[in-house]
Amino acid sequence: RVLELTGCAASMVASSRSYADFTPEATFDIKKVDLHRLEEGPPLTATLTREEGLKYYRTMQTIRRMELKADQLYKQKIIRGFCHLYDGQEACAVGIEGGITLSDHLITAYRAHGYTLTRGGTVREIMAELTGRRGGIAKGKGGSMHMYTKNFYGGNGIVGAQVPLGAGVALACKYLGNDQLCVSLYGDGAANQGQIFETYNMSSLWKLPIIFICENNQYGMGTSVERSSASTEYYKRGDYIPGLRVDGMDVLCVREATKFAADHCRSGKGPILMELQTYRYHGHSMSDPGVSYRTREEIQEVRSKSDPISMLKDRMLSNNMASIEELKEIDIAVRKEIEDAAQFATTDPEPPLDDLCSHIFANDQPFEVRGATPWTKLTSTS
Amino acid sequence: WKFLPSPQRNSGALLAGRPVNVRDALNQAMDEELERDERVFLLGEEVAQYDGAYKVSRGLWKKYGDKRIIDTPITEMGFAGIAVGAAFAGLRPICEFMTWNFSMQAIDQVINSAAKTYYMSAGAQPVPIVFRGPNGSSAGVAAQHSQCFAAWYGHCPGLKVVSPWNSEDARGLLKAAIRDDNPVVFLENELMYGVPFDLSEDVLQKDFVVPIGKAKVERRGTHITLVSHSRCVGFCLDAASVLAKEGVECEVVNLRTIRPLDVDTIEASVMKTGHLVTVEGGWPQYGVGAEICARVMEGPAFNYLDAPAVRVTGVDIPMPYAKILEDHSVPQIKDIIFSVKKVLNM
Repeated sequence: RVLELTGCAASMVASSRSYADFTPEATFDIKKVDLHRLEEGPPLTATLTREEGLKYYRTMQTIRRMELKADQLYKQKIIRGFCHLYDGQEACAVGIEGGITLSDHLITAYRAHGYTLTRGGTVREIMAELTGRRGGIAKGKGGSMHMYTKNFYGGNGIVGAQVPLGAGVALACKYLGNDQLCVSLYGDGAANQGQIFETYNMSSLWKLPIIFICENNQYGMGTSVERSSASTEYYKRGDYIPGLRVDGMDVLCVREATKFAADHCRSGKGPILMELQTYRYHGHSMSDPGVSYRTREEIQEVRSKSDPISMLKDRMLSNNMASIEELKEIDIAVRKEIEDAAQFATTDPEPPLDDLCSHIFANDQPFEVRGATPWTKLTSTS
Repeated sequence: WKFLPSPQRNSGALLAGRPVNVRDALNQAMDEELERDERVFLLGEEVAQYDGAYKVSRGLWKKYGDKRIIDTPITEMGFAGIAVGAAFAGLRPICEFMTWNFSMQAIDQVINSAAKTYYMSAGAQPVPIVFRGPNGSSAGVAAQHSQCFAAWYGHCPGLKVVSPWNSEDARGLLKAAIRDDNPVVFLENELMYGVPFDLSEDVLQKDFVVPIGKAKVERRGTHITLVSHSRCVGFCLDAASVLAKEGVECEVVNLRTIRPLDVDTIEASVMKTGHLVTVEGGWPQYGVGAEICARVMEGPAFNYLDAPAVRVTGVDIPMPYAKILEDHSVPQIKDIIFSVKKVLNM
């Protein structure tokens, strides 16, 4: 205050500004949500506390940087096989988690690194799983598409299979009477899978506490939504299931819609469907440059106009909820966390060969496994 | 089944004095396990209000209600996935396929979601699920309803695959399967459902289980080993009694479990008799018998063989409808006798 009055340099003013000067909470207008079979939708405003803002910012930035580091490591051939990156879609994972709790359940497909983080995984163990090391979240046995945490059932490689699995988790929630729900995610490409419609049917019949979420990033691999789907109104595809179409680039939109959906489920009304309109900056996977079926201009336009991290940052700065320096410090801390994780992921040893046959069966006596030749006798432990 | 070593007493708490058919053995096993553990539930087509397409779940819905006995729509891929997801979240589902032919609609959920998950998660996510239903040939149901899936599912690590023959097998293996914390493929046989067997008091105890992965020698013999599973075990015993009149004593091994295969019991028998014939209802190529022969080749029993091991199998064709054709599509007792005599050079 004193320094301000004496007209010192702006940076000095900023750095000596106490946290008591920041706005603790602000309310923002958010985009109206398109509704299907619903009289009312989520509110048109969202209240964000400074604390929440900083948390969302940090988590989204962590996902962003983690995915970009994975890109780097893949190009250096330290990560191999499949690697489907989530940069651009951060507001979905972070917003969803903002609308549920960790005692709720979540399952998704293979673009899963962001969810592994929001569901309690650490960057270290995620990256070490990508590099196939023993310190990986699945001890190197699963890789990019098969990461699990408590109440997070992966990471699933078969397009669409995760949706009935999620309904099964929801069935267990209802059966056990624990007031929990399951969020079951799928993409625009998966949205045409027959088993998803089978799941809509059973979830509705049995009023399962499931939130179906279609992350529509406009492309299934290289096939745009117009070329794959007779109806691209994915939020209506549940037919008798109420639906919402939400701006998936705005973390507050996603959060409010998720809260609304969670209330719907917990009040015993059965399933609800959310379509999140989002975008991925990378191609489908690391083997897809991502520009043969869309233009660089399109990617650039989304980046400049709708980036989820920039959107949150602008909101917080223009409402005096944080300072540029503070956010920069977060960036630096995130960068360090990623660097440390990458360091671990590249130096941690690969799993021991003894682990080759382990984890076939749970709670079983060790048993013999045939190796590549009749003389190679290996052992499996639980 | 005259050769069952278990005592001929018929007593048991619920079924005193009567033989128990395979259907009732399965029914009673499920009833007891549903009562024992609240997390166990049954889902499938017609399992509840219809009492089961083959009446295997008769009476269960009346006793346990909608929450635990669930009729599903005709959507195998969806409900198999739901069953696996419920297992992920801590329940212990029994997922019925009306016949195993329909499991092909859902096979991705059985293999990729159930069998492989414990491994991919490095032990974080067990999958305590039982998939059950009738398998293999029936009578007059033609090609799309008659396939044996023992070899297909037996191929996959992460699954346990069992194939009971008689009521003791059915009861004990189903209890073991439900109590197992891993995915179990339970292959029943429709033509065995109505066949009665005497069950001893021991077998009728609530905690009676047949260990998965252990074969049973149903009949002791010294001249030749017959290895079989499911309904064909009965044919082997019939063939053995005919051959006994000619002085040939067959040892009949009932596999009980397809995966893991009890190679030790098979090898011990072959090392005693020096001759091996496998008998199965499924097709020959890449089948259960093929695996048994390969294992015997690769192990110590080979040196004891006095003749090549051979397989008696279903005929390598889609199952025809007309009775005379159907009868000639499956292994008959005369085929087993013929093969035994060929192997023994009689």
